Amino acid sequence: MVPVNYYIILSAILFTIGAVGVLIRRNPLVIFMSVELMLNAANLAMVAFSSVYKSFSGQIFVFFVIAVAAAEVAVGLALIVEIFKTKHNINVDEMNSLKG
Amino acid sequence: MTVDLILFLILALVSVSTALGMLLSRNTVYSALFLVLNFVTVAVFYLLLGAPFIAMAQVTVYAGAIMVLFLFVIMLLGTEVLPASNILPWQKPLAGGLAAVLAVEAIYLLLVRARSVAQVTSPDVAINSMDNLREMGKVLFSTYLLPFEVTSILLLVAMVGAIVLTKKEKA
Amino acid sequence: MLLSEQTYSGFLFLAPWLVFAPVVGLLVNIIFGGRLSEKAIGWLASAASGASFVVSVLLAMTVAGNHGEVLRWRLAEWMSVGSLTIDWTFRVDSLSTTMMLVVSGVGTLIHIYAIGYMHEDVRFKNDVGRFRRFFVFLNLFIAMMMILVSGDSYMMLFVGWEGVGLCSFLLIGFWYEMDTLARPSWANSNAAKKAFITNRVGDFGFLIAGFLMFWYLGSFQFDSVFEAAKAAPPGIIVAITLFMLVGVAGKSAQIPLYVWLPDAMAGPTPVSALIHAATMVTAGVYLITRSAPLYTLVPQAQYIVAMTGAVTALFAATIAVGQYDIKKVLAYSTISQLGFMVAAVGMGAFVAGMFHLVTHAFFKALLFLSAGSVILGLERGHHHLAHHEHKKESDDSRRRRSRETLRQAQDSASDSKDHHEEVFDPGDMRNMGGLRKTMPVTFWLYIIGTLALAGIFPFAGFWSKDEILADAFTEGFGAVYWLLTIAAFFTAFYMGRQIWMVFFGEARHEAAAHAEESKPIITVPLMVLALLSVVGGALNLPGLHTLTEWLEHTIEVHAGEFVMSVALISTGLALLAIFISWLLYGRNPLKAGQPDPLKKPLGFIFTGMENKWFVDEAYWAVFVDRYVDISRFLADVIDWRFWHDWFHDKVIAGTYNWLSNIALNDYADQRGIDAFANALGKWTQSLSAAMRKVQNGFVRSYALSVLLGVVLILGYLLLK
Repeated sequence: MVPVNYYIILSAILFTIGAVGVLIRRNPLVIFMSVELMLNAANLAMVAFSSVYKSFSGQIFVFFVIAVAAAEVAVGLALIVEIFKTKHNINVDEMNSLKG
Repeated sequence: MTVDLILFLILALVSVSTALGMLLSRNTVYSALFLVLNFVTVAVFYLLLGAPFIAMAQVTVYAGAIMVLFLFVIMLLGTEVLPASNILPWQKPLAGGLAAVLAVEAIYLLLVRARSVAQVTSPDVAINSMDNLREMGKVLFSTYLLPFEVTSILLLVAMVGAIVLTKKEKA
Repeated sequence: MLLSEQTYSGFLFLAPWLVFAPVVGLLVNIIFGGRLSEKAIGWLASAASGASFVVSVLLAMTVAGNHGEVLRWRLAEWMSVGSLTIDWTFRVDSLSTTMMLVVSGVGTLIHIYAIGYMHEDVRFKNDVGRFRRFFVFLNLFIAMMMILVSGDSYMMLFVGWEGVGLCSFLLIGFWYEMDTLARPSWANSNAAKKAFITNRVGDFGFLIAGFLMFWYLGSFQFDSVFEAAKAAPPGIIVAITLFMLVGVAGKSAQIPLYVWLPDAMAGPTPVSALIHAATMVTAGVYLITRSAPLYTLVPQAQYIVAMTGAVTALFAATIAVGQYDIKKVLAYSTISQLGFMVAAVGMGAFVAGMFHLVTHAFFKALLFLSAGSVILGLERGHHHLAHHEHKKESDDSRRRRSRETLRQAQDSASDSKDHHEEVFDPGDMRNMGGLRKTMPVTFWLYIIGTLALAGIFPFAGFWSKDEILADAFTEGFGAVYWLLTIAAFFTAFYMGRQIWMVFFGEARHEAAAHAEESKPIITVPLMVLALLSVVGGALNLPGLHTLTEWLEHTIEVHAGEFVMSVALISTGLALLAIFISWLLYGRNPLKAGQPDPLKKPLGFIFTGMENKWFVDEAYWAVFVDRYVDISRFLADVIDWRFWHDWFHDKVIAGTYNWLSNIALNDYADQRGIDAFANALGKWTQSLSAAMRKVQNGFVRSYALSVLLGVVLILGYLLLK
């Protein structure tokens, strides 16, 4: 029997690692993976609460998150490929043409 | 220390270290592989929490489909390693500091909010996993029918969008 | 026709379809008409009107099944202000169903006729696209007329009253950019405006009557008005009824407001028949009949109404004698016959008035439509000629340039009168003659209409006109009786004159010689109307009194007696008039270019008849010119010199300039206001220059700011 608190703490740690990944990596693919990691951390928290409250809502929400994440990855990766085709580079630190 | 707890601690260690591995690898391919491992461990957590369906979805969709797609793109673009650059020097220390604050805040908040359930332990899952699946199906296709259908349209849109974006433009 | 007790309210629920059927028809024609053929458009509109007729028949059956009880169908509340509530309620009783049957019945026949007529008319005038517009207007008219006759309050009646006025305006000005001979001019538009404005004068009377009614009687609903009127002071009732008479004079073309009706002949002939002969112009008669309980309270007002009608009847009949245009004769005849009806309802002979209204609708529609057939026949003949001789500057090309040159034509209107272009007028009786050989069907139909109008036994007009005369005779309205009898004499005379001039003798113009008979789509509706004109008198034969018994459920009536002497005198006079007309026009037919044989013996009197007794000119001099003078004075002196030159330029602008020179000199302006405005601009500029550095374009910096925000918000939640 594992206390739910432990899952919550683990979820928070994974979420933070994901956030750091988004901030410090320059490769958009890794940034993307970090976003996925953050989504996973959130999912973990939701499933944990779902089992505590004995309700399916949390799990179903996770199901939708997975579906949306799949859609997001498909479009996101297509965008990255397209950017690479036009700029021959995917380093996010060199994409600042929207500078004010 | 029950067996469950020992299992949990080991898996938690694995998942945190694979997450860090993804974060710190120089090579993007390694990052992706670390992430696959991380997803699998999270799937095991789902099983422990009594959510077998979500666990299966996690393995097939995330660890399977999505990560394979990532690996495909990494190798297609040939950008496993990026050359070093130092355009935003303050980015790393600031990010590290803020992330630490975030972690403390998040853990504290979640525990405060969850204080009433702090002592509740996860249920015994092995017995009723089939019931679980059946009940979830009922809820998904009655209460959440409309979101479910909307999701299918969203996936279709994403598919069409991805094709349109990467299609070669005709001259 | 008794229905069983179970169908007590019968077909009452269909009442709204009186209005909605034609509305549906016109909407379909507006939306889809562009894709439909002319036949489809015309038959659709006719079907819509026909549906209204069917509903009217069913409602009449329902009323009969209820032994004439008044039925109401409340559709909606229109407005509710304070103590006043006005509902859109359909009133179905014997009087309103009579009007419904006439309006939708004659209306449907005219719709069908118009399919044939407009088909040719739009081609003679080179604008095929207007076919659909015509039927949309026609359906709108039926809907509005139905609102008028089915309303249960003076307010709903007024809605229909204004609605038919609008349709009349739209249809008189149907060919708005030309005159009746299709020359570019604003003549038709002016005729439409004249009708509309003259009717406004009448409506002002109606409105005043309505205000008085509301103020003193507290309601617009018919029954409550009549109930309240019994206790009201007679002076108020006299005022209400006389102001209402002003409205009637406008809509039903009575002295002094009749002047618009002859000009209204500018509209296409089906319009003249439907609106300006059979239905709309009888709305005034209907209004007085509907208000019978008010009028019977005040005999003084009744006498004025009766005299108005009688004088109009005679006055218009004399003008009709001096007209040359086939439709103008009929127009003045209509005014005259409306005078008969108004005189009848004024005398309290409501049944006689309604009876004449119904029969008149039949035979006057017949006459107008036959006249339309004659005009078309001449147009065809003329077209035929033009085609054969390959005329230079044919009518077509002249019409084609119409819209472009309209303004120039308008500018040089005074010149064009001088060098008078030779234009063929297919409506001028001096161009006709001998048409009985070329247009035999139309000829016989016209004869039937004429006999009915002249009041020859046993046609419909004989019975109805005779009932009016008999009522005038027996009720002691001596003056009215003699005026109407003389008017009846003139009626027979001008109709005889018309017949001899149009159909007998020799053709006075090539076009008349080559005139062609109309197609069945035009002649068949005429035959139906002719049949009704023959047997229409059976509605209220002396001794039977069918119509009297039918209407007595709604209004107080008395059965008119049949007075043999009156009948003999009027018929004798009519036959004498026809004989005189034969002496003058039939024995020695008019030759081309010969003046009217009445011109010599009558001299200036005939000139007066010819020129409508100069009423238009008098109105022009008394009202229009004075109005223009006042407008000039207001525009020149008041508006321009006083307001513009003095008040605006001198007072306001001068004061303002003076103030500006004092308060807004260079110092205050440049150092104060300018400096402030400039500083504001510079400050905004430098602030934005500083702020834009935040937008460095690096996505990771943005993400960092997002994280900062998250941390701050979570911190706030923690420390709260």
